[in-house]
Amino acid sequence: MDELEAIKVTFFQECEELLADLEGGLLAMQDGNDDGDTVNAVFRAVHSIKGGAGAFGLEPLVRFAHVFETLLDAVRSNEVPATPDLVVTLLRASDVLADHVSSARGLGVVDEAVSAAMAAELKACTDPNAAPAPAAVVEAPVFEAAPVAAAPAEALIGADDALDDDDLGFDFQPMTITIDEQAADVAAAAGNVWTVSIRPKSDLYRKANETALLLRELARLGPIEATLDASAIPPLDMLDAEAAYATWTVRLETEEDETAIREVFEFVDGDCDLEITRGEGLSADAALAALLAGETPAAIAAPEPVVIAEAPAPVVVESAPEPVAVAPVVEAAPAPVATPVAAPAPVAAAPAAAAKTQQIDVPGPGQSVIRVDPERIDRLIDLVGELVINQAMLAQRVGEYGIAPSSNLAMGLDELEQLTREIQDSVMAIRAQPVKSVFQRMPRLVREVASMTGKQARLVMDGENTEVDKTVIERLSDPITHMLRNAIDHGLESPEERKAAGKNPEGVVKLAALHRSGRIVIEVSDDGKGINRERVHSIAIKKGLISPELQLTDEEIDNLIFLPGFSTADKISDVSGRGVGMDVVKRSVQALGGRISITSRPGQGSTFTLSLPLTLAVLDGMVVDVAGETLVVPLAAIVESLRPKPEEVRPLGPVGSVLAVRDSFVPLIDVGLTLGYREASPPPTEGVVLLVEGEDGSRAALVADAIHGQRQVVIKSLEQNYQQVDGVAAATILGDGRVALILDVDAVISLRRREPPRPVEPTLIAAE
Amino acid sequence: MTRTVLTVDDSRTMRDMLRMALAGAGFNVVEAVDGEHGLEVLSAHRPDVIITDINMPKLDGFGFIEAVRVDDDYRAIPILVLTTESDPAKKDRARRAGATGWIVKPFNPEKLVDAIRRVAA
Amino acid sequence: MSEEIITTGAERRELISFRVGEQEYCVDIMAVREIRGWSPATTLPQSPGYMRGVINLRGAVLPIMDLACRLGMPVIEPTVRSVFIVVKAGDRMIGMLVDAVSDILSITDDLVQPTPDLACDAVRSFIRGIISIEGRMISEISLDRLLPEREALAA
Repeated sequence: MDELEAIKVTFFQECEELLADLEGGLLAMQDGNDDGDTVNAVFRAVHSIKGGAGAFGLEPLVRFAHVFETLLDAVRSNEVPATPDLVVTLLRASDVLADHVSSARGLGVVDEAVSAAMAAELKACTDPNAAPAPAAVVEAPVFEAAPVAAAPAEALIGADDALDDDDLGFDFQPMTITIDEQAADVAAAAGNVWTVSIRPKSDLYRKANETALLLRELARLGPIEATLDASAIPPLDMLDAEAAYATWTVRLETEEDETAIREVFEFVDGDCDLEITRGEGLSADAALAALLAGETPAAIAAPEPVVIAEAPAPVVVESAPEPVAVAPVVEAAPAPVATPVAAPAPVAAAPAAAAKTQQIDVPGPGQSVIRVDPERIDRLIDLVGELVINQAMLAQRVGEYGIAPSSNLAMGLDELEQLTREIQDSVMAIRAQPVKSVFQRMPRLVREVASMTGKQARLVMDGENTEVDKTVIERLSDPITHMLRNAIDHGLESPEERKAAGKNPEGVVKLAALHRSGRIVIEVSDDGKGINRERVHSIAIKKGLISPELQLTDEEIDNLIFLPGFSTADKISDVSGRGVGMDVVKRSVQALGGRISITSRPGQGSTFTLSLPLTLAVLDGMVVDVAGETLVVPLAAIVESLRPKPEEVRPLGPVGSVLAVRDSFVPLIDVGLTLGYREASPPPTEGVVLLVEGEDGSRAALVADAIHGQRQVVIKSLEQNYQQVDGVAAATILGDGRVALILDVDAVISLRRREPPRPVEPTLIAAE
Repeated sequence: MTRTVLTVDDSRTMRDMLRMALAGAGFNVVEAVDGEHGLEVLSAHRPDVIITDINMPKLDGFGFIEAVRVDDDYRAIPILVLTTESDPAKKDRARRAGATGWIVKPFNPEKLVDAIRRVAA
Repeated sequence: MSEEIITTGAERRELISFRVGEQEYCVDIMAVREIRGWSPATTLPQSPGYMRGVINLRGAVLPIMDLACRLGMPVIEPTVRSVFIVVKAGDRMIGMLVDAVSDILSITDDLVQPTPDLACDAVRSFIRGIISIEGRMISEISLDRLLPEREALAA
């Protein structure tokens, strides 16, 4: 059953896509885009989930999907109007459906009460006249789908053992067909003779059914004798190729009952006149008598040999035990008489075509997708990283030999560098993914948070197709979740407050993604009340987070909410609380080289802005020398670099000093001292200063000994073989093959704040 | 001679299920993801039998069947429609469009192969 | 025949022995990935003294530990004969700086004696046992204890 298990995996993957389509469609409807296509797509999503679930015998899922689908069917046929209220109900139903899918997958449990209540609600929407029934009763009619769905996958795929052994009817069946409960007429013992009279209508042929095949099927039930009464066939010049004229009379000896015989004609029901009588039928006798009398109706009506030569009527077919053997004989007979001439041709041609046909996995139209193991791409990206480093090393060696930049060798190296970059970009593009996968999870979150906090919120998303490296995608979900929670819980007012303020009671929360100057920017904005600056300011003072004398701009006050230990909620709510404040979010974002900030307009709402590098695999940095060590400072943190003049450096306190930058003073931090590379700082005026901005917006002047220039470096983990080191974000490998550390600017600033410089351990100096 | 069956269904799961059942019964299987795609694949592979879903994007099962039936080259190819439950209205509409027979989902491979045998010459 | 008698009691293992100062140590050969000549390491800030820093080992960042310092002895002054032994310790790879590699030993576990009580606790936790062979005393390093827990030092 390996193959079946594999399909099941596919099914659940497909379910994820379908649930996303469902939600996307419903959200589009909520936005007033309820054209037929959207409703149909929504219906199809539920329909497909149900279909697959049925194949795997996932009963609870099938049952819920069935109720859901029934309502959606009514909506798409305009029997039930798609009111905003209904769409909200449908969205909630899609959440329950998602729970059912997860449960079927073994990931979680469905709250039966919630599911039953939802099903009852859906049924009430489908048929508003029906009295709302208690959940237990509502379940019952839903079971209609169950007999079909109930059989577990093994039984469906497996063979006869799935059938009920007690049902005698099945024991004789050469084929499995649906049979009425009371059908097994055991009394219909051996030797029963039936007369079946078939008079096809033209529709039968129009649907590519054939009398020959019907006869063949009858022959599977027992020996047959088939007689053709061609008396109704008009003269050839009046013959309508599309019409049907002949009547077949079949004498059938079978142990099967009438139901089994009727079953043969299931597909042609209504497309032929059918008479089934027990015993020797009269019509057969009549036809036979006519034959014996020499009155061959066909011959009379159509004297041309074209018709009768190949099909002398009546034709008597002896049933052979093997239906396959019967087929060719019967096949030849009716074709020239009644079957449209066009019919057999393509069928005959088909096997020839089939012989040439290879079994091809047909991709969707206009799309060709290759599935690749992500590990292979990761490996490729690592290798390209090595290539970049090697290329840099080679360039450095060549440079050391003093080769002129205009020489062929130097120019060739430039081209190699160019190519290497392009390869790196292309490879990174392979791993890039749209943020959609993260965004998709958010509508449900918004609904849940809104209902928990008693707010009305509508989520509007933009830029779902913005692409970013896989390494970043995985880290986006948490901060977005927190920003959205915060926007609904703290940003949006209650519906009453909104009404009082003259706003739509339903608040709008917008989630957008965009590329801006080589970074991905995620914005979460709400149209709520905005930040209460007075309150935020006084809380920050009360909690001792800022000094009361500090003059702050509006923006600075807004961003106080990111300070550790800050929480504006008087009581920690279920939603934003959870022990995780915005400070934690900020720290985790910073750890990825990202920034987060908030801007707010009173009465109009707030906007969180999160920016992250497009990848966590490479980084643009400034290479600097500090106490004989080479360090890389992330370019994103650097505001400017400058050589301080003596009058700009001012001492502050016993050891500290500040740098005057235009009209503000920025603390000077000697990186070598802070990291413990040296015990005393050389005068800052002898070095170079990098003016950096921490993620909290605070500035610092980092003192280095020399600057080597900008470079894109491949980020290497220190933690893989060692552990996190305070003040160091990661490592990289430079052109000379040596490891250089990438500075964690924020950590360096806080290290400097936290403690006085630690003396360097003598062993470290000895090591050099 | 190996017979070719064209399956038209927008659900990957259902296409896989059909493929497993049909390939197991010795059929050659070609697939299409909707009615429009089905018509393209049809001209490339000339199947002996077509199995199609009804609810599909772009061109649904009804439209697909009608399109097959108006084409002189394909009008005689038997078409089986997949229906989730015996919905008489849908079944009737599919038949009016020209469907040869139908298969009720979920199907077992036997039932499927049986239905094909009943319509395939 | 005699060899079979020896191996019945315990599995035969191979160890790489090396010199740290005047003492001999060894590690299981299965843990050794490679042995490389000394090259200068990039100093790691905020790190214990026995961490020499990190080097580039074919694209991976490899921490180098001064084994002498880790065992409480004077730091190793690297010479041309100094090498580092790249070993797998848990899910991490580290380079151990040692004075020189001696040879490969083939032993059975019954030759391993417990570490005597007089050794200080720090040393005992890094030493799996002591092997007496041809009049030499060789201490087997317990690799899983050598590197500090990831969290313990980050604090």
